Amino acid sequence: MHPIAEKIQSRFPEGFVGANEWRGDLAITVKREALHDVCSYIRKDPDLDCDYMVHVSSVDWPDEEERFEVVYEVYSIRKRHRIRIKTRVPEHDCLVDSLTDLWMGADFMEREVFDMMGIRFNHHPDLRRILMPDDYTEGYPLRKDFPVQGKGWRDTFDFLNDPSQSNSPLSGK
Amino acid sequence: MGLIQIGKPQKDGDLGIMTLSLEKAVNWARKGSLWPMTFGLACCAIEMIAAVSSRYDIDRYGAGVFRASPRQSDLMIVAGTVCRRMAPVIRKIYDQMPEPKYVISMGSCATSGNIYDSYSVVQGVDRFVPVDIYVPGCPPTPEALFDGILKLQERIMQKRVFTKQPEQVKV
Repeated sequence: MHPIAEKIQSRFPEGFVGANEWRGDLAITVKREALHDVCSYIRKDPDLDCDYMVHVSSVDWPDEEERFEVVYEVYSIRKRHRIRIKTRVPEHDCLVDSLTDLWMGADFMEREVFDMMGIRFNHHPDLRRILMPDDYTEGYPLRKDFPVQGKGWRDTFDFLNDPSQSNSPLSGK
Repeated sequence: MGLIQIGKPQKDGDLGIMTLSLEKAVNWARKGSLWPMTFGLACCAIEMIAAVSSRYDIDRYGAGVFRASPRQSDLMIVAGTVCRRMAPVIRKIYDQMPEPKYVISMGSCATSGNIYDSYSVVQGVDRFVPVDIYVPGCPPTPEALFDGILKLQERIMQKRVFTKQPEQVKV
């Protein structure tokens, strides 16, 4: 196993689920309850020292019991190594601890995951939709059971009938 | 303009040589000074920019004065994929443009959504603004855009300015 993964496993034997290495990229899977502690360790330990939050994304596995997977990718600018941290959540309880207190850069990316996949983040400072409008009601478009063409929103133009939305000199009268 | 129209609302067309030629003069002036609104949404905008630059030089058709404000422009070139979230903005900008105003739908995305048959992409900008000219291509070359502009100029020359527009023939 990768030395970093061994280090994390020895430190968190309870929360550690597994590690996978593919073409030099290390990915570790942890339990949801241990995610924040593991990441705090990865962030603050002088040997790991991952100070850069590269990306937050999510995967939908519709046939599996723990349906959603949240993927964090962090990088150490000084040590030049990269760790991918994965955690799984079930559909009925899509809640993960936010990492915005460790990496400020996770803020918008966690909002995107919330917007697209509907996974909520505990203690996130401003958990709103980021790409879709605030009043979007059709659900979470990146889920596998969401129809590709959507549910009719793209074909409804309610602003055409709403005079307050239009600044036309004709409609202003 | 209004003075000529008053008193002769029933008389469609045939108003004599003076009006006709003035109409032509007005149309000629309008077609020769199309001021486009910069509305680049995606990669089509790059071709639109290329059309403005010196090699292709859109100014030859009098349509090179790109304005950043809809209140100063009379041609909206919708260049690129129109997302549903952008749609109210496009409509608002269209409403702010002074009459007479024209819309060119540039590229397959603005015309029909292209391959983006997705929950967020509007399947054609003509669903919420009236479009005069559709320019096909993905993206259209600057020459294709010019063809659209020339076609639009032909249409402007056919417009009635002082008399009622003849009824549209429904196919």
